[in-house]
Amino acid sequence: MTGYAMTGNPYLFAAYAVTWIIHIAYISTIVSRYVRLKREIADLKKPGVKS
Amino acid sequence: MKKVFPILGVLTAFLLSYALYQALVVAPTEKTMGDVQRIFYYHVPSAWTAFILFFINFGASVVYLIKRNPAADIVALVCAEVGVVFCTIVLITGPIWARPVWGIWWTWDMRLTSTLVLWLIYVSYLFLRRFSSGGQTPTLAAALAVLGALCVPFVYFSIWFFRTQHPQPVMGGGGSIDPRMLHALLINWLAFSCFAFLVCWSRYRLEKLQREVDEAHALRSLLDPSGRVR
Repeated sequence: MTGYAMTGNPYLFAAYAVTWIIHIAYISTIVSRYVRLKREIADLKKPGVKS
Repeated sequence: MKKVFPILGVLTAFLLSYALYQALVVAPTEKTMGDVQRIFYYHVPSAWTAFILFFINFGASVVYLIKRNPAADIVALVCAEVGVVFCTIVLITGPIWARPVWGIWWTWDMRLTSTLVLWLIYVSYLFLRRFSSGGQTPTLAAALAVLGALCVPFVYFSIWFFRTQHPQPVMGGGGSIDPRMLHALLINWLAFSCFAFLVCWSRYRLEKLQREVDEAHALRSLLDPSGRVR
């Protein structure tokens, strides 16, 4: 049933796929912001670097 | 706390996988709609999760307005942001489900329209947070959040008060549901709630760190290279 449910119904596949695409996209933004912030913190720790 | 997060992450991943199995394999196929009804197991838990996050946003906003607690302000911001993500999923999966069942992508009935208005209110909240600068921003955002939260019960009960195309609620709607369907629904809700909690936790840590970095930048701008106040 599982394979049939997902492949046999494009609407069902689309709804599940869209849900995970949105979640993954949002998590990616959190990760990229975190990486940028870590870089900023490393710059702040360097002596004499003006922000 | 750093060790707890990966453990909870793995547990949530297992729970989400189990919930997917429940939704696609264990839950019986609905007689009239067929397999497309399985969208229900993502659509409804996403809506419930969004509503809970908007209520937490409301509570945190009230706490901020009373006590001016910065942690409450961060909780409010984080819950609104993650709530908007879940509400977006509701607004996209709903039309995908409606198209094969109703024959239309969208109708301006009370449930759909009020959900769209709710989404717009919280998107406005996030825009206010993002593009407004100044000390009054958290207070204005908290006031908007309090008003926005009033919309949540209206969205939920709109299908009781108005004649709509949207079906009656699963909980308290007077209808009956197959126990295996109910089990799949509740497992998916639990899984998405755990997932939302972890995302909120990560976002909270990020926001806290961002504010610390902003403070460090502000402090550094006040000091000359030798460390003295300009």
